[in-house]
Amino acid sequence: MVPFNYLVAKGTAEASSLSQSHILSKFIAGGTNLIDLMKENISRPDTLIDVNKIQGIGQIEELRDGSLRIGALAKNADTAYHAIVAKKYPLLSQAILAGASPQLRNMASNGGNLLQRTRCYYFYDVATPCNKRDPGSGCSALGGYNRIHAILGASDNCIAVFPSDMCVALAALSASLNISGINGDRTLDFADFHRLPGDTPELDNNLQPGELITSIDLPPERFDSHYSYLKLRDRTSYAFALVSVATALKIENGLIKDARIALGGVAHKPWRNSEAEGYLKDNQPNAQNFAIAADIILKEAKGYEHNTFKIELAKRAIVRNGLKAVNQSQV
Amino acid sequence: MSMKNDYFGKPINRVDGYAKVTGEAKYAAEFNAPNLLYGYIINSTITKGEIKTIRTEKATALAGVVKVFTYKNRKNTAWLDLKYADMDAPPGIPFKPLHDKKIRYNSQPIGLVVAESFELARYAATLVEIDYDTEDHHTDLMANLDAARKPKKGLASFFKPGPPKPKGNADEVFESSAFKASGKFIHGMEHHNPMEMFSSTVMYEEGGKLTIYDKTQGAVNSQLYVANVFGKSFKNVRVISPYVGGAFGSALRPQHQLFLAVMASLDLKRSVRVSMNRHQMFSFGHRPYTVQDTHFGADRAGKIQSLNHTAIGETSRFEDYSETVVNWANMIYPSANVSLDYKLVPLDVASPMDMRAPGGVTGLHAIECTIDELAFAAKIDPIEFRMINYSDHDDSSGKPYSSKDLKECFRQGSESFGWHKRNPEPRSMKRDGKLVGWGMAVGLWDANHLPARAECLLRADGKLIVSSATADIGTGTYTVMAQIAADGMGMSIDNVEFQLGDTKMPFAPIQGGSFTAASVGMAVKAACLGLQGKLLKQAKKLKPEMFKGTTTDDVEFANDSIRIKGTTDQVLSLSAIVAATGQKEIKSRNTGFPRVLKQRKYVRCAHSAVFVEVEVDEDFGLVKVTRMLNVVAAGKIINPKTARSQILGGMVWGISKALREETIMDHRFGRIMNSSLAEYHIPVNADINKLEVIFVEENDTIVNDLQIKGIGEIGIVGVAPAIANAIFHATGKRINNLPITLDQLMA
Repeated sequence: MVPFNYLVAKGTAEASSLSQSHILSKFIAGGTNLIDLMKENISRPDTLIDVNKIQGIGQIEELRDGSLRIGALAKNADTAYHAIVAKKYPLLSQAILAGASPQLRNMASNGGNLLQRTRCYYFYDVATPCNKRDPGSGCSALGGYNRIHAILGASDNCIAVFPSDMCVALAALSASLNISGINGDRTLDFADFHRLPGDTPELDNNLQPGELITSIDLPPERFDSHYSYLKLRDRTSYAFALVSVATALKIENGLIKDARIALGGVAHKPWRNSEAEGYLKDNQPNAQNFAIAADIILKEAKGYEHNTFKIELAKRAIVRNGLKAVNQSQV
Repeated sequence: MSMKNDYFGKPINRVDGYAKVTGEAKYAAEFNAPNLLYGYIINSTITKGEIKTIRTEKATALAGVVKVFTYKNRKNTAWLDLKYADMDAPPGIPFKPLHDKKIRYNSQPIGLVVAESFELARYAATLVEIDYDTEDHHTDLMANLDAARKPKKGLASFFKPGPPKPKGNADEVFESSAFKASGKFIHGMEHHNPMEMFSSTVMYEEGGKLTIYDKTQGAVNSQLYVANVFGKSFKNVRVISPYVGGAFGSALRPQHQLFLAVMASLDLKRSVRVSMNRHQMFSFGHRPYTVQDTHFGADRAGKIQSLNHTAIGETSRFEDYSETVVNWANMIYPSANVSLDYKLVPLDVASPMDMRAPGGVTGLHAIECTIDELAFAAKIDPIEFRMINYSDHDDSSGKPYSSKDLKECFRQGSESFGWHKRNPEPRSMKRDGKLVGWGMAVGLWDANHLPARAECLLRADGKLIVSSATADIGTGTYTVMAQIAADGMGMSIDNVEFQLGDTKMPFAPIQGGSFTAASVGMAVKAACLGLQGKLLKQAKKLKPEMFKGTTTDDVEFANDSIRIKGTTDQVLSLSAIVAATGQKEIKSRNTGFPRVLKQRKYVRCAHSAVFVEVEVDEDFGLVKVTRMLNVVAAGKIINPKTARSQILGGMVWGISKALREETIMDHRFGRIMNSSLAEYHIPVNADINKLEVIFVEENDTIVNDLQIKGIGEIGIVGVAPAIANAIFHATGKRINNLPITLDQLMA
């Protein structure tokens, strides 16, 4: 760990301006990922700007238009167990609780969850080449041990996956992000936040220097009748997803009126496919139709030496989770 | 002489439990000294080659960095390779940290940064610049099987005999057998990963006298190593290790941090602590990657006719670490035709090390899965098949077992598990849309007894202090030795304290191989008897009329007193005897010797039968071990409570071995890619469901007078094959490569 300065920001504007004046700085909230990365010498900020003291970005509140605003500083655990979240957006609660451990969820902030970095073995080992950590050095995972790696949206520069569970639900729920920066505030669709690796795998998302996520908005539409989060992994808890699926459905008169399917553990960002979701609209919520949707989603999938199984696993997970979502109300 | 039986066999609470849960128990890295320095280890990032340049200027320029040690500036240590050999060293030349510029395996220690704080040392380590000349390396066992050769023999071979000579014609008879089963079994490298990281705190005293707090399974072993390597006399090296936060074999040998901390302390003449981090816990010994082939044949009646078992394991380039992998099949199952072979492939890796039930857990996996397959081929129930091939003799040596109540394990186990309800047909049992499978397997482990010493010291205040330089790696040594001593002296256990882990105490061998309870237990018993004799002598002086003409046979020790047998008034309290001598204490140091001549006529083993139920979600290949029962026959159990915990730990680890755990190496780099507890998967609570243990008590006067067989290893041995057999029963699939991951099982 490189020695660093420690500053405390008391407001969002101060945070952005401190960040601007310390170009090698990082914001710190829960620190559950950043401290690890610093200990591993992967992240080497010269300054940590503590944002925990900033008022007004830690609460969870309903807005007048019926949407729900979730503060960036609210803890993952507090969010998952929040009465309104659990009632109106149970998919989000399920996804959060599928991740990490109680101790980590108690510490981790919502904003930080969006900014966690990949768990690619090579990214974590500074002795091996990694384009994400050291642009231009090469991708060791491509020809290496890539069991946990991407099957969708990868590039020859990077096949890492984004590890969050919470974000898979946020993607399915079509959340949006409120961001504050030097030049004022802006709003960004969640789908536009994380990036695919392309030629710039070092960039995980579209946050600009000095920008701070202040809150996450969930639109008024609630998927509280037909939803399910399914996480498949190498042990029953405290492991990252090999494949995860967040499914949210609106069903009327036995037909799907709105379908949301987001995949985790398969790409550099939570993965949605509008063609598949469009196919399901006005179709019956049965295994056959979910299987067709799954085929559409995985159409472009590409496996590597150790992870080809994830393609079939993802298809089966989509079908099983679709049926689980349909039967949610009966459970 | 008398031995009471007030505590032996009773579920006494762990005597060190309070200290452990309150944090009162101090581990090696928790002992402090004034002006303590902190060392941080630098590890090689290449696998093979030489250090071309190593520049330390940037690191040493930092205020607070005291010195960066490398092969260039470390002081000379012992010249003879033999001096580096500890009590558990395999044949070969032990790895010598910072010895020269050669890189022998990836992550080997190549430097030590010593600074005034741990954080500073860790940061400074990142500033040390190293250039290497690299050479081609080979770390992949499967790609180098053609280099397999016989292991070299050495002192360690005493405990790890090679395979016995072949009998009959195993190949030919296999081919003509009515029923055949065969398989290739592969398991990867595994690391011990105890909770406590390896640490040594070296207290430097004037004149170079050292007191070392070390994480070790044998304080004496660390003392021997330090004295030999650094040319010090034993009396100037005291090693203390009161608590060990798990070890599982990894602390049977002194690790790098001990060498480095002592080296720095002697050089700087200051107290130094060196601790490893979790990544560095993967920079030394491990369970070796092993590939096995089995070919077993049986006749029409299900009687085994041929056993052919071969294994190839990895070792390092510098030591021949070997295991007893293939010897077990013919110890369990008689067969006229036997062919066993065990070979090693030297690779550019760290030397493997003993890890809980080394060899046994590996070999029994292949053996018991093949037996299950053979029983299935013969359409015979797996337990019935084992009964058809049951023997009270070890067929490989022709000797009888000192005791073997495996039959009773089968009986109690199948009754408790409900085995008779098992439909033998694979894929026949279902629950909630999942496939259900029931499997079982046999476990086997040696019951050894080595010479050890102990001291019993009775104080005038009536407290008995018993000590031996053994260890308690979580096994319950503190507790069971206090039980044996309390019985030995007829005292209340509240007045007995057992101490261990200090080289000032009487000698005990390293704690491993499941032999500590028997070895140290018999030493404690011997010391009790020695003390009894001394106390009787003093009693005669004190009360000549009461004890006149009595021998040790005429008296008994009970209620913290000595009395004439059968009387209640001819009694003298033990504390009064000590007080009357005018001394503070009376003590006796004795050795517990194994009765070798009697023992050698027998084979001594603990046995187990493991029963497992799994649920398999076939779409996803997910396996849940819904219940497991381990029935263990291991002589007499000193403490059913701590013993049960021991076995439960083995069962959890067996689940890990079968379904979770594997060290992943990228052979292009020769580097381990999952050296953290986030990615090195061991079971979490959610993976563990119903676990049950039954002990079948055996009478066995051959193993030792206490009739103890030791249970450190037996709990894990049969677990992985029982799970694999249950998965076969559930799915009809034989998955022989461990761990059984979901992708292997997806239908």
